[in-house]
Amino acid sequence: MSASEQHGSEVRRDGLHGTAPGREARIGARGGRKAGRGGEMVPPAEFRSYYGRSVLKAPVWESRDIAGYFFLGGVAGGSALLAAGADLTGRIGLRRSTRVAAVAATGLSLAALIHDLGRPGRFVHMLRVLKPSSPMSVGTWILSGFAPLVAVAALDEARERLPGPVRPMIAALGRPSGLAATVLAPAVTTYTGALIADTAVPVWHDARRELPYLFGASALAASGGLAAATSAPGEAAPARVVGIAGALVEQACDRAVHKRLGMVAEPLSQGRAGRYLTAARWSTRAGAALLALSALRRSRALDIAGGTALVAGSLFARLGYFHAGATSATEPRYTVVPQRERADHAAKTGAGG
Amino acid sequence: MSDDNPPRMGFFTDTSVCIGCKACEVACKEWNAIPDDGLSLLGMSYDNTGMLGADTWRHVAFIEQDKPLGRQNNAVIAMPTGATATHASAEAVHEGLGQKHGSELGTETGAIRPGPLPGGPMPAPVTPDGRKELRWLMASDVCKHCTHAACLDVCPTGSLLRTEFGTVIVQEDICNGCGYCVPACPYGVIDQRKDDGRVWKCTMCYDRLTAGQEPACAKACPTDSIQYGVLDDLRERAAHRVENLHDAGVLEARLYGADPDDGVGGAGAFFLLLDEPEVYGFPPDPVVTTRDLPRTWKHTALAAVGVAATVAAAFLGARR
Ligand code: SF4
Ligand code: SF4
Repeated sequence: MSASEQHGSEVRRDGLHGTAPGREARIGARGGRKAGRGGEMVPPAEFRSYYGRSVLKAPVWESRDIAGYFFLGGVAGGSALLAAGADLTGRIGLRRSTRVAAVAATGLSLAALIHDLGRPGRFVHMLRVLKPSSPMSVGTWILSGFAPLVAVAALDEARERLPGPVRPMIAALGRPSGLAATVLAPAVTTYTGALIADTAVPVWHDARRELPYLFGASALAASGGLAAATSAPGEAAPARVVGIAGALVEQACDRAVHKRLGMVAEPLSQGRAGRYLTAARWSTRAGAALLALSALRRSRALDIAGGTALVAGSLFARLGYFHAGATSATEPRYTVVPQRERADHAAKTGAGG
Repeated sequence: MSDDNPPRMGFFTDTSVCIGCKACEVACKEWNAIPDDGLSLLGMSYDNTGMLGADTWRHVAFIEQDKPLGRQNNAVIAMPTGATATHASAEAVHEGLGQKHGSELGTETGAIRPGPLPGGPMPAPVTPDGRKELRWLMASDVCKHCTHAACLDVCPTGSLLRTEFGTVIVQEDICNGCGYCVPACPYGVIDQRKDDGRVWKCTMCYDRLTAGQEPACAKACPTDSIQYGVLDDLRERAAHRVENLHDAGVLEARLYGADPDDGVGGAGAFFLLLDEPEVYGFPPDPVVTTRDLPRTWKHTALAAVGVAATVAAAFLGARR
C-alpha cells in the first residue's frame, strides 16, 4: 500500500457507499491495479500523468539541421586531425582530401547551426558571452576558432590558384594553421555530446557519461571512412585504422547506453530512432569489415565501399540519437517513471531513516 | 547580490482554493499582450488551454477524480448521478494527442474528434446505487523561476537573465532563437514562438514588479490561490496552510517546489498540491541538468584526449 492510498481511505466517510477500497493506488503494474477502475487520468500505462501529455517540451530543433550539425562537426574535427597527421608524415594525397573535408564540413556545420536559429541574423549574439555552463556557447567559440584555421590549411592546398601576393603567406601559414587546428579538433568532435546531455531530455541526459565518447568515436568513424574513400589506397592506412577504431568504440558505447539506461533506453530501439540505429549498426559493422579487408588487399573499391558505409553509419547514429531524445522528451513516461522512483526512494530513506 | 537589491520575490499557488476561473490566464494574456494561440476544445475537463507554452504563461489544469476531497460531503454523493466519465474522457484525450503526446505549442492537440469512446460504452458504476464521489482538482501552473535555472544556465547568448527580484526573464532583443533552453527546462515551460523564432515565458510581470505592483495573475485571482510576495514569507505561510489542511483532514495536501534542497534549489514559484505532482503534469523530482555538467565536461575532455590519441596512434602504427 502506498502512502497516498492510506490517506485516501483515512479521509473517506467510512462505509458511506461501501465502495471499493484502495482507490488511491496507482494504476498498472506498479500500483498493482489495472487502468479503468476509477478516476485515473492516464490510459494504459503504469504511471500517472496529466491526460498523458508530455511533461517536457521536445527540442524545437530540426533533425536535418542539428543532427547534421553534430555529424558534420564530427567529420570536421576528425578530418583536421587526419590532415595534420598526413601533413607530418608526408602523405600528400591524404592531406589534401582531409583538409578539404575539414573545411567543407566546418562550413556546412556552421551553416546548419545558423540555419536552425529562430533568428539567424543574430548568430553573433552567441559571441557576446562565453559561458562554461552552456556547451553551445563553449562549442560556438571552439568552432569559431577552429574554422579560420582549417580554412587557411585548405587554402594551402589550392596554393597555385591563389593570386600571387598571398601565395607565400598561405604557404607559410598552411602547416602551422593545420597543426594549431588539432588543439581544438578533438573538442570539436566531443563537445556536441555534452551539448545534448546538458538538457532535461531523458535519453540524452541519462546517457551523459557515454555521449561524448560515442560522439567522438562516431566522428572518427566518419572522418576515417571519408578519408579512406577519398584517398589513394597506398596512403589510406591510417585513415582505415582511425575509421575501424572509431566504429568499434562507437558500437561499444552504444551498447553501454542501452544497458545502463534501463527503460529510458526504450526510445533508442523503437520507431524512427530504432530504425536509424539499426541501420547505423549494420552500416558501421559492414564499413569496418570492408576497411579491414582493404587493409590487407589495398583495394580502392573496398576503401570506397567501406568508407562510405562508415560515413553513413555515423550519420544514422546521430539521427537515431536525435530522434530517440525527442521521443523520450514527448512521452511523459520517460520523465515521470524514473523521477517517481527516485522520489519514492528518497521519501522512504529520508522519512524512514 | 548586493544589499540594495529587493528580497527574492515569488509565487505561492495554493491549489486547494483554486476555483478554476482562469482569471489568471486572461490577466496574463492581457497585461503581457500575448498573442492568441488557437481556440480548441480539448476534452480535458474544463482545460482548453493544454499546457504552458510560448503564448501561455499561466495554465489552469483541471483534474476530475472519483474520490472525496477531505471530509467534504460533495453534492455528487447526494445526487442520482451515474459514474463519472473521467477515465473514458482521459482515454479519448490520450487517443487524440497522438504520437507527440500534445507536446506541441499552445493548444495543439492533434485530432480529438467527437465519436464513440475508444474504450466502448461508459464504464459501469462502481457503487451499487450508481453514485460516486467526485473531486475536482484545479491548479494554475506557471514558470517556476528556479533557484538553479537550467534555461538560464544553458543560454549561449546571455539572453536569459536573473533579475534583482530573483526571477528569470528572457531579453527578447538578445535571444537568437537557438532553442537550447527549451529542452533544458525540467518543467517544459519555456518555448519558441514559431513565427517569431524567439522563446517566451512568464516574466513574473517584471514591468509591474519594478513599479511596486504585484503580477497581473496574482492581482486578478479572486480566491488568493495565487499569492505573490517575499519568497521566505510565502514559504512560511505555505507551511502553515499545509498544517491547517492536515488538521482539517485533507491529508493529501503537500508542497511542491518549496524545498530549497530539491533538484532545482527550490522554485521561486511553488505550489500546494492535493495529489502527486505528475497528476498535474509536473515532473515528480526535477533536477537542473547543469548540476551534472561538470562531470560531463570531464568525460568530454577525456573523450577528446582519446580521439587525439587514436589518430596519433594510427599514424605512428601505420608508419611506412
Ligand atoms: S528552467 Fe524552466 S521553470 Fe525554471 S526558470 Fe527556466 S523556464 Fe522557468
Ligand atoms: S533560444 Fe534564446 S533564450 Fe533560449 S537559449 Fe537560445 S538564445 Fe537563450
